[in-house]
Amino acid sequence: MSSHSQHSESDIALRVKAIESLLVEKGIIDPATIDMIIDAYEHRIGPHNGARIVARAWVDPNFKQRLLTDGTSTIAELGLAGFSSEHMIVVENTPEVHNLIVCTLCSCYPWAILGLPPTWYKSFAYRSRAVIDPRGVLREFGLEISNHVEVRVWDSNADLRYLVLPERPLGTETMTEAALTSLVTRNAMIGTAKVQVPTPPELVA
Amino acid sequence: MNGPHDLGGMHNLGAIPIEVNEPVFHSEWEAKVFAMSFATFKNYFPVDETRHACERMPPGQYLSSSYYERWLYALELLLNEHHLVTKEEIEEWLAQFAHSQTSSKAD
Repeated sequence: MSSHSQHSESDIALRVKAIESLLVEKGIIDPATIDMIIDAYEHRIGPHNGARIVARAWVDPNFKQRLLTDGTSTIAELGLAGFSSEHMIVVENTPEVHNLIVCTLCSCYPWAILGLPPTWYKSFAYRSRAVIDPRGVLREFGLEISNHVEVRVWDSNADLRYLVLPERPLGTETMTEAALTSLVTRNAMIGTAKVQVPTPPELVA
Repeated sequence: MNGPHDLGGMHNLGAIPIEVNEPVFHSEWEAKVFAMSFATFKNYFPVDETRHACERMPPGQYLSSSYYERWLYALELLLNEHHLVTKEEIEEWLAQFAHSQTSSKAD
């Protein structure tokens, strides 16, 4: 994420090393804790958590209703509540409504459910334009939303985070919950993509 | 505070940088800044203070810095304000490091 940085990477890296050494030397941070935090966000916490919520909502109508009524407690049922996702609202995509999530002021994002946000979500371009030209933004992701479909944009904040419940694609009626989980992408849960059905083998040339 | 972070509705900030198969962190220093911030705002100051510290960055600097550069700015500012690590200590560490590099080259 150095695309718009004007500072030298090696200078920054050295400065970070200085701070780390001083914090360790003073006993303010423990190197093992630092490694544990990095490992957690690189390997354990990520969009696969959110995908479980979506797949469960697709197969369990009662869960889905609770999820849309009270996102926070319903997500907690799956043990996925956590830091930076303390208050959650889940918004449902339908044939009439497409939801898109942004954080114009910062890059607030449900960390415990989707992991850390991608560069594009944190970019000035996305933060500024998602609220004034959402259809144009979605076109940049290759997603054309018909003018007959309402686009709703949700601006997250420090205390309240959103998750999109994407539409379950046609042709997935016989799939198990676990198989459905593997179809759900991060972008679909932010609203910059739709969930795609894998191409059936017989259609592959 | 009505600072440079209030970006909603602005035009001309470029194309959206969409990266396929993006790693969680793009360098070791990004990962370290994240983890050190996480560790400190769990123990020494709340995450909201970190967010506010990012917003206190001078506008020109805010708009020319990457996400984790803004986090680094916030981390340094708060470590200083909470008397955990001062700017002078960082500069001294860097000077000593530079000195040790020069000495080892001379050997």
